[in-house]
Formats: sequence, structure tokens, C-alpha cells
Amino acid sequence: MTSDEASPRGRGQATERSNRWLLRARDAMDRDYAEPLDIPALARLAHVSEGYFIRSFQATFGETPHRYLQRRRVERAMALLRTSDRSVTEVSLAVGFNSLGTFSRTFHAIVGESPSAYRRGRVPQPVPSCFAMSWNRPATGLRIPDRQRSVSDKPASALKP
Amino acid sequence: MFNSVTHSAIFVLDQDEAIEFYVGKLGLEVRSDVDLGFMRWLTIGVPGDAREILIEKAAPPAVSEEAAGQVRDLLTKGALGLGFILSTDDCRKTYEELSAKGVEFSQQPTEQPYGTDCAIRDPFGNHIRIGEPPAVEGEITAEVMKRWEEENG
Repeated sequence: MTSDEASPRGRGQATERSNRWLLRARDAMDRDYAEPLDIPALARLAHVSEGYFIRSFQATFGETPHRYLQRRRVERAMALLRTSDRSVTEVSLAVGFNSLGTFSRTFHAIVGESPSAYRRGRVPQPVPSCFAMSWNRPATGLRIPDRQRSVSDKPASALKP
Repeated sequence: MFNSVTHSAIFVLDQDEAIEFYVGKLGLEVRSDVDLGFMRWLTIGVPGDAREILIEKAAPPAVSEEAAGQVRDLLTKGALGLGFILSTDDCRKTYEELSAKGVEFSQQPTEQPYGTDCAIRDPFGNHIRIGEPPAVEGEITAEVMKRWEEENG
């Protein structure tokens, strides 16, 4: 600890620097979600060790970097499913997943329905992409707003013909 | 009732550093830089554009030290929301030029129905967007609206 950090204002400045560096790593995930991002590279952006990066990111943004990236990729996949006719496999690769299996499991765990079930009935949203990215990024757990839910309360499997 | 928006404002951690970034890197200009004694009234703007952006510090006595700390905390977490949107004739070229100057991007140029846009962070965490209008204006015509309504039942 430097003498600077001994005062309340000094501690505040240290937190603000840490916040800003962690935000740089979070922005990298928002920007380069399609790339094979890894924790060591993100930790370097935040000027901290890997273990400290994971802990401090969680303390600052409320979830681990891995979870943040998963939800960013799922949000981008949701957008592609709504706005393109690319196959589910193509969508999974386009947002940075290595395998369809991992993508499908992660998508279902976060959204509560399969990618193809999600795709049915969705239409493009005419708003700037940044706001779509911020506000559509699926919440932790299953707290999806009502209008984002499946067309029925039944499980997605029950909707299949 | 009103004529226009003349000023909007963003919080920063340091006004000199803000000038280095917004004027030195983004090419905006300082419109007012006045020491009022109780505060430094610093505004910037795009050359040729009337609107000004107040570059304000969150600090006592305007707000309590505690509240100022909360604002700085939220600012550096990127949680204060959109600062403003700059327009450009060439989003990709602007992206290349600003990237070369070390400006941090949180979104690469992306084609959208409303044009091409990207997003940057200022040194403090403010979210600033850069947008290029679509080549063809007025694409959403009454005819398009009618077609959308039909397609969506």
C-alpha cells in the first residue's frame, strides 16, 4: 500500500483506477466476443494477476468474467437468431463458441429455451445496437422480461409440433 | 416552447485530461474555459456545431464527498450511461484514425439499418458513440411501414 492509499480519497482513487482497468477488459469482451478471448489476456488488460482479475471483476461487476462473456455471446447469438437466417451452428461459431453442444447447453441454461425455439416468432429490433447489446444481455438466472419469453409458459419442448 | 438543446454535460475525473482526450485525440474544440472561482466552466464542441458539452467534475461543495465518490465509482465502472453521439461521414475511417491514436473502442464499426456506428470509452469510462448516417436517407417510408404491419399481422 502506498501512502496515497492510506487516506479515504487515496483508497477511492485506487478503486477508480481498478474500475477503469476492469472496464477495459469488459469492453474487450463486448468488442471482441467472437474472438478466442482468454482470462490471461483479459487480466493483462486490467493490469492484474489472473486470480485477482476474476475476484475483482466479480466484486466490481457482479459476475465472473467467464459468465459475463458467456452472456455477451448468448446475447449476440439471440440477435443473430432474430435478425438473420444463418443456421444455429453458424450462429454459435459467429459469436465465439467452439462447439454446437457447448453453445446449445449454455444458451438453454441462460435463456431457458433452445436456440431454435427462441428463434421462432422473434422480429428484428430497430434500435441502436449498443442499447440492444446492453438491454438484451440475458440476466443471470432466468429473469427474462415477459415479452422476451417464449410464446407460451410451457417448456420449449412442448412447443414442438 | 423550446428552440434547441444548447448544452449537455458529462462527468470526468480530470478536466485537463478531458481536454487532452476530446480536443487532442477526438478533434473537438474548447468553447469556454473559465475559472469562475467556485468552479471551472469548461465546455467543448464539434467545430462548426452549435451544441456544447459541459465537462464537469463531481466534487464538493456541489455534491457531498460521499456522493462525488459514488459518481466517480459509477463513472469508472462505465455505469453512467451514454455521454453523447458524434456524427461522421465515414465511421470506418474515423475508427482507423482513432484506433491509431490509442482510443479505446467498446464496439467496432457495425452496419445497421440506421447507418454504421461504433463506440468508444473516454479515459474516465464515459460511453461515447460515433455514427454514420445510411447512404440512402428516408428508407423507412409509409410503404415500408405498411409492409411491416402486413408482415407482422
